[in-house]
Amino acid sequence: MRRRIATSALAAGLVAVAVTQQVSRAAAPAALDPETLPQHLKDTGLYAPDDPSTIASGVRHFLPQYPLWSDGLTKRRWVSLPTRSSIDATSELAWDFPVGTKFWKEFSLNGRRIETRLSWKSSPARWQMASYVWNADGTDAVLAPAEGIPGIVEIAPGRRHSIPSRSDCAACHGASKTGPLGFNALQLSNDRDPNAIHGEPLDPGMLTLAELIEHRVLAPAPTHLTANPPRIRTSNSLTRSVLGYLAANCMMCHSGGTDGTPLGPSLSIRDLLADADKAARTLVNRPSAWQVAGAADRQSVVVHPGSPDLSVLFVRLRSRAPSSQMPPLGTVVRDEQAIEAFGRWISDLSR
Amino acid sequence: MARGHLTTLVLALGLAAVPASLTWHSTGALAAPAEIPADPAHRDRGAYLVRIMGCNHCHTPYKVGPRGPEPDMTRALTGHPADFKLSPATSAGDGWVWSGAATNTAFSGLWGVSFAANLTPDPETGLGKWTEEMFIATMKTGRHQGKGRQILPPMPFENLGNLSDQDIKDLFAYLQSLAPVRNRVPSPIDPPEVQR
Repeated sequence: MRRRIATSALAAGLVAVAVTQQVSRAAAPAALDPETLPQHLKDTGLYAPDDPSTIASGVRHFLPQYPLWSDGLTKRRWVSLPTRSSIDATSELAWDFPVGTKFWKEFSLNGRRIETRLSWKSSPARWQMASYVWNADGTDAVLAPAEGIPGIVEIAPGRRHSIPSRSDCAACHGASKTGPLGFNALQLSNDRDPNAIHGEPLDPGMLTLAELIEHRVLAPAPTHLTANPPRIRTSNSLTRSVLGYLAANCMMCHSGGTDGTPLGPSLSIRDLLADADKAARTLVNRPSAWQVAGAADRQSVVVHPGSPDLSVLFVRLRSRAPSSQMPPLGTVVRDEQAIEAFGRWISDLSR
Repeated sequence: MARGHLTTLVLALGLAAVPASLTWHSTGALAAPAEIPADPAHRDRGAYLVRIMGCNHCHTPYKVGPRGPEPDMTRALTGHPADFKLSPATSAGDGWVWSGAATNTAFSGLWGVSFAANLTPDPETGLGKWTEEMFIATMKTGRHQGKGRQILPPMPFENLGNLSDQDIKDLFAYLQSLAPVRNRVPSPIDPPEVQR
């Protein structure tokens, strides 16, 4: 990460010295072979080389304001950028990360680490994604097989967490283009949504959009976002939070991409930032090919104002049956908080 | 209704018994052929792959022909007929783990009930809006549209995942050259124990 970020890190009270050196050390294991995934998490650069219980200097903790639902597991996230590199922010809402960028996400249950996932941009057109599985005493995490590990731990009665296959990682993240999903201008915005579903408060030292702009980690620096940080534009706090949830949990696929993919209803971050109410209205009474029980044949709609149970969005969000649930992967437990919020939002639309 | 052991799936696909009283319903009029891909060689190779890979055994409804049950090629690759009504499938048990419809386009097993997809390029009910990239991702990941629900048995996606990208592109070129047929295949039905 850049030298200016180092200064900020120090000012923020983080343990940081000579950041350039430290980042170089953090990235050193990957430099051994630019294409091969290390067998142990400790060799990916997340931890200090001489202390595997300490996060390496130059690796920064961050917290998206709208978290992806992961069945209630506790998550921590980190990022590291190569020394003296910057993120290409030519497209303010679709950042292009430098080769060597790494993201980690740790999943824990009741204080016990289960897995830590790595996203590593190992070449200009390739994000490598893998998971490292923690042993029982939490002393080591080993690279999981490419096909993942089904049902590794029970996380709710009759529901088990699975280590995803690498192809499932690519299903959401894309193998070459997309990369990280929770690290963008909206997710790191300093104008954080106090009602975000499962939102958590920022801790001191966590990386924010303002810091990325201030220290020119984003190039060109979108300086206007300092005074006007990205925010889902609506006067309705519930609309803001449910659309934020969709941004984090659904729009990795339903994003209105230009590739012509017919993935049903789509929203774009750009539209949410411009006029979220207008964007939300595109979902209302929009026909859906997915048939809702109780709706007339071929009369299903994405959002039926006043009737959550007749809304495809709500029914599929609530479902955890494999062929109907949304999102279709990465979760096996209902998100009751989201169900309550969406049910209330759709009910309120009739007023 | 045809039934068989999972391990004898291939045999069952070809030899499934079909009631003589079976009636057939139109799935819709044939529409104008789609634009022919730029390179006929790829399309023709895709047609060849479809033939040798047995795609018609599940994606084309069966009829009773002079030599017994066979794919009805007037409905080639149109998937499970939307208007073919089925009673609830027989439960697994006593050594049986799956059952198949008389059309050989619907299958019930531990995964619930799956229906063979319409592979013609109808924009609303088939692959008309699919991109080549999406088709490749589907074959490689075993997920609907490359990122949705899992594709269900008996689709042999483990085998198909070993196809080369060019093979899959050729398959797609051929499928996109077919006449689009409107036939909205039902969504899969989850097993009772997970439905909610």
